[in-house]
Amino acid sequence: MSTEKIIKVNHVTRVEGHGNIHIKIRDGMVEECQWQVVEAPRFFEAMLRGRKWYELAHITSRICGICSIGHTITSLKATEAAMGVALSEQTEKFRRLLIHAENLQSHILHLGYLVLPDLLRVPSIIPLASTHKDEVLLVVRLHRLANEMSDLVGGRTTHPQRPVVGGFTKWPTTEELETLRQRLADSVPDVEAVASLIKSLAGELPQFIRETEYIGLTSADEYALYDGDIASTDGGTWPVDNYKEITNEYLVPHSTAKFTRHKRDSYMVGALARLNLNYDQLTPKAKQVAETFGLRPINCNPFMNNIAQLVEVAHSIEDSIRLIDDLLKNGIKDEKPSVSIRAGRGSAAVEVPRGILFHEYEYNKDGECVWANCVIPTNQNHANIQKDLEALVPEIKDRPQEEIELTAEMLVRAYDPCISCSTHCIFL
Amino acid sequence: MDKPRVAFFDFASCEGCQLQVINLEEDLLQVVGAVEVVSFREAMKGHSDDYDIAFVEGSITRHSDEERLEGIRRCAKVLVALGSCAALGGINCLKNFHDQEYVKKLVYGDKALLYETYPARPLKAVVPVDFEIPGCPINRNEFAMVVKAFLLGKKPEIPNFPVCVECKMAENICVFEKGMTCMGPVTRAGCGACCVTEGSFCWGCRGLVDDPNADSQRDVLATHGLSVQDVLGKFRLYTGFSEVAK
Repeated sequence: MSTEKIIKVNHVTRVEGHGNIHIKIRDGMVEECQWQVVEAPRFFEAMLRGRKWYELAHITSRICGICSIGHTITSLKATEAAMGVALSEQTEKFRRLLIHAENLQSHILHLGYLVLPDLLRVPSIIPLASTHKDEVLLVVRLHRLANEMSDLVGGRTTHPQRPVVGGFTKWPTTEELETLRQRLADSVPDVEAVASLIKSLAGELPQFIRETEYIGLTSADEYALYDGDIASTDGGTWPVDNYKEITNEYLVPHSTAKFTRHKRDSYMVGALARLNLNYDQLTPKAKQVAETFGLRPINCNPFMNNIAQLVEVAHSIEDSIRLIDDLLKNGIKDEKPSVSIRAGRGSAAVEVPRGILFHEYEYNKDGECVWANCVIPTNQNHANIQKDLEALVPEIKDRPQEEIELTAEMLVRAYDPCISCSTHCIFL
Repeated sequence: MDKPRVAFFDFASCEGCQLQVINLEEDLLQVVGAVEVVSFREAMKGHSDDYDIAFVEGSITRHSDEERLEGIRRCAKVLVALGSCAALGGINCLKNFHDQEYVKKLVYGDKALLYETYPARPLKAVVPVDFEIPGCPINRNEFAMVVKAFLLGKKPEIPNFPVCVECKMAENICVFEKGMTCMGPVTRAGCGACCVTEGSFCWGCRGLVDDPNADSQRDVLATHGLSVQDVLGKFRLYTGFSEVAK
């Protein structure tokens, strides 16, 4: 008698955007195994054509609600590169702070609201509000802190207003920064509590290893998020301007998002990639968290991306405190941005929560955009999700159907995909 | 009274408006205590077609979207457009000002035929909409106010006066006085003039008030040095679907 397991998860839940998992196993053979991206494309490159230099960050911020800060800052950097705009040290420090705020917000949202329900085998965080009230309030408290940090530095939680080409429109006061510093320092026990909660459930994370190329920014000076060169765990570094040599986009029929490949069939970006590339530059507390979970470079278990995010939560809190101390020591100056509009082309990269993000623009002499290209982290991960599924499903094919389905969903969720982002952009 | 059954859906959008619902933080726990959330793909597994109120984010950009939205309309007693993409068409309509075949070729090259898209539109261009919460993103307190009104059986009120009113109340210096231009005089309030307060200007994300004095706004923008093309650009950023921007 033939046995058949057909798994069709249409619109995977607890991820940003629309993706499907289709798996077919007949008589112990995997016949189909596909990650499909079915999101409606939005065509941002076309939307940007003809728009003014000061509008591009505002528009591209709308590529993604969760990583709107990352898109804003990458966009500003690309415009600044195209027009040769110089930035003050204060601006660069506040941008780093803002990136930490978004990393915290996004990672906590992912770990607390999207992944935790899998580890506790419930459909969402809602039932946990009664069964695990303290844990839920802990997650909410950290999420609120991260969002209020974004409000304070960026002027709004989502789609920030203060960061503009050349600087900021408004700065936090010394008093506000001192309060934020105190709140960040006070949040350390909350992060430790989340870490031990996840540690107690980490046995639920599948042990799955597939050798993978990891790509992200790297810098001699810091754990690279705001700036750096492109690096690969297979060796080599490249200036950001050469990003197309890395991303090599291509189309597949079952997806509205483009896929990418570098040295192998696919590569991975995101927290695990950053940790694999730049582990030594993490703060001491972050390394402690990594050690608790036995997470060391190079780790090739995609499910450990969840833990790498947790490590980065600790890192972002500690590094933000250091940045605030620096800013307070120098005093906050009321600097105004200064920009001379000129024609030019510029590219930029920032490490956003889900991985390395590229924007590249060309402007005419009136500061109107004539060409644009954005390469989104989740785009770069789609091919790797597919390759992971192809390796994972045969390993678990004999398990009950529901377990195969949950494990496949957990794999997709581990990447924290931002699918609506990934179908918006990309130029051929 | 049974708790109202609530569902969230999205079309072409950044999902930033649903994120604002999650960003209610502790208040979200109160909201989910007062209603029964039966579908919220971004935050929960599982789905039911049995719901009273549907909150729908995003613009309609494909024929297949229309079928899905019509299905939601059939199930929902009340359909609420969540955010500017759903209520106005929003930023997605920027692509409408280019030839759609050109738009597809620009992004997907010679594979353009494989990808379906048509000019972006708000929900109300496809099905009747009962209520709209504008904003890019929505103001989460306004969302909470709307839910509260529904629970009390009242009709929620969204302001029908321009952002300038709230901007004065926030004691901001007028953007025009600072040498920039602003959509505040014709844009629907309800945001507390947040962008001007943060040192920027009003981009017009909440759409136009009913009966905006668009001609006067065009004149003011022109007086402040904007070309006809620039003025159109200002109107098209969020309200490209409306007649005023054509």
